[in-house]
Amino acid sequence: MSAVLADMPETVAPATTKAIAPSRGQRPWTFYVLATLFAFYVLALYGPMFCIYILSFQDIRGGLVFPMKGTSLHWFVDLFTQVRTGDVKGSFDRSIKLAIIVTAITVVVSFLAGLGFRRRFRGDTVVFYMMIGSLVAPGLVLGLGTGLLFQALGLNASWYTSALGAQLSWTLPFGVLVMFAVMSRFNQVWEEAAYDLGASRWQSIRLVMIPVLAPGLVAVALFGFTLSYDEFARSLQTAGSLNTLPLEIWSMTLNVTSPSLYALGTVTTIVSFIVIGASLGSIVLIQKKRGSSTKG
Amino acid sequence: MQSSQTLSRANLAGWLYVSPLVLVLVPFFVAPILVVLAASFFATDGFGGLTPDFTLASYIDVLHSALTLKLYLATIKFTVLTWIFTLIIGFFVAYFLVFHVRNQLLAIGLFLLCTVPFWTSNIIRMISWIPLLGKEGLINQALLALGMIRQPLEVLLFSDLAVVIAYVHQLTIFMIVPIFNSMARIDKKLIEAAIDAGASRFDIMRLIVVPMSKSGIALGTIFVVSIVMGDFFVVKVMSGGGSASVVSAFYEDVGVLQYPTAAASAVLLTLALVAIVSLILRTVDIRQEITR
Repeated sequence: MSAVLADMPETVAPATTKAIAPSRGQRPWTFYVLATLFAFYVLALYGPMFCIYILSFQDIRGGLVFPMKGTSLHWFVDLFTQVRTGDVKGSFDRSIKLAIIVTAITVVVSFLAGLGFRRRFRGDTVVFYMMIGSLVAPGLVLGLGTGLLFQALGLNASWYTSALGAQLSWTLPFGVLVMFAVMSRFNQVWEEAAYDLGASRWQSIRLVMIPVLAPGLVAVALFGFTLSYDEFARSLQTAGSLNTLPLEIWSMTLNVTSPSLYALGTVTTIVSFIVIGASLGSIVLIQKKRGSSTKG
Repeated sequence: MQSSQTLSRANLAGWLYVSPLVLVLVPFFVAPILVVLAASFFATDGFGGLTPDFTLASYIDVLHSALTLKLYLATIKFTVLTWIFTLIIGFFVAYFLVFHVRNQLLAIGLFLLCTVPFWTSNIIRMISWIPLLGKEGLINQALLALGMIRQPLEVLLFSDLAVVIAYVHQLTIFMIVPIFNSMARIDKKLIEAAIDAGASRFDIMRLIVVPMSKSGIALGTIFVVSIVMGDFFVVKVMSGGGSASVVSAFYEDVGVLQYPTAAASAVLLTLALVAIVSLILRTVDIRQEITR
């Protein structure tokens, strides 16, 4: 016990100060090489996307490539008013709702599964490989299977039943695997300390684990949201008659060759920036709160 | 007696925790796979109707087709190329963020900077290469202006090159996240100790960083390989119809209602994927990460 206590400052310190910087002083030459690589990576990541954001603000003469022809919001108006671009508003609405539902379920189920997998239990390997299977199975194949299954059972496929399930079969394995990584950084001593102090299982989860793991849970939520919001292959055969946004975009790529498509890219990215801003904000808030309570 | 009782209680608690996961995976993973498996043995009337006969005709068709080998070779080519590029870029980006960025908030900020584009639609991200790679795109315009080429390069878009570019663009994050995670867990004191003991930069990389990031690399590999092998729309759009993979052929089969053939080829692909993933899981025990 005393050994555990003596260890405490050592084990607690990284969690609060979390020194990612390896050392002080002069930067080695590798820093500059890797910084350049990183800069190129970010440039390649954002460059193409910024091209389409810029091109989405062209006027009515606009085309799919540079040079830019005028500036206006024409294609944004076109996106939400033209019939030929499809039901963008409705599918956007559905995708956001679906992503929120998927995120909530993914966080809760992944967290619980993460707790369960910390200890061996009979049949755990079966569940584990079922999850890995769900992850690696080609989405289109699973989607077709789900679609055929609903057909055979006489159920109607829709975005909030079959597509929800199909998306969960995709987001949950990711969520649980991220949870594995998060859990492995969790020091079990804290949980044992909670039990020693007379906490119930629920209390130790609510008062110790969730607060400590909060940043990791936000990461799981981010994963859940992105994967659902972008999900295409598994939804294709399962969404029923009403499209989600990626399905709408897919059909747009086949019959719309105007900057409307780019305007849609710009709009979805704005949503993403809002979501990621909120996530980053909440992580910072959690860390700040933790910092002040450690001091106080 | 005591131990067997605690064992069964642990079993019960374990199952209780994973039961929500099982309740999703059974109807939406196990059942659909069984449906596809069943469909692969059915006969078809050619119009999407399935007759519940037991026949191996679809498998024989798939295995005898010269196209099958071609599709698998193309799929393997895309998978290997994408894996190599995402691994190299992902590893060094994660390494940079963990070991070179000294401010943690900045590291998280830069990390999120890498993830932001992945919040937009895959398809939109793919299409965003058109203004760059296209025949009248920026790269061709720049090369023409510099006088490096006389004709616009047509190989940039709607080619295998474009397919690999789109994959790497989309999937590097799936390497960065798990590798970043495992690298962030490496105790910096270990590296300082190695430096003090006279280890070179290369030794630290070879003996500490790579072995300790193994689980992250394995996870990233599983993500990337399974996504590329299961993909159809990047191949379909970015190759301009010039290339096909196993799943894009499946997509065409489903389009013309050839369910049994499609199902048989899907079953074979799934078996191949299972083999690859279990091989990866054999070299690196991801479960050990949490159960030790």
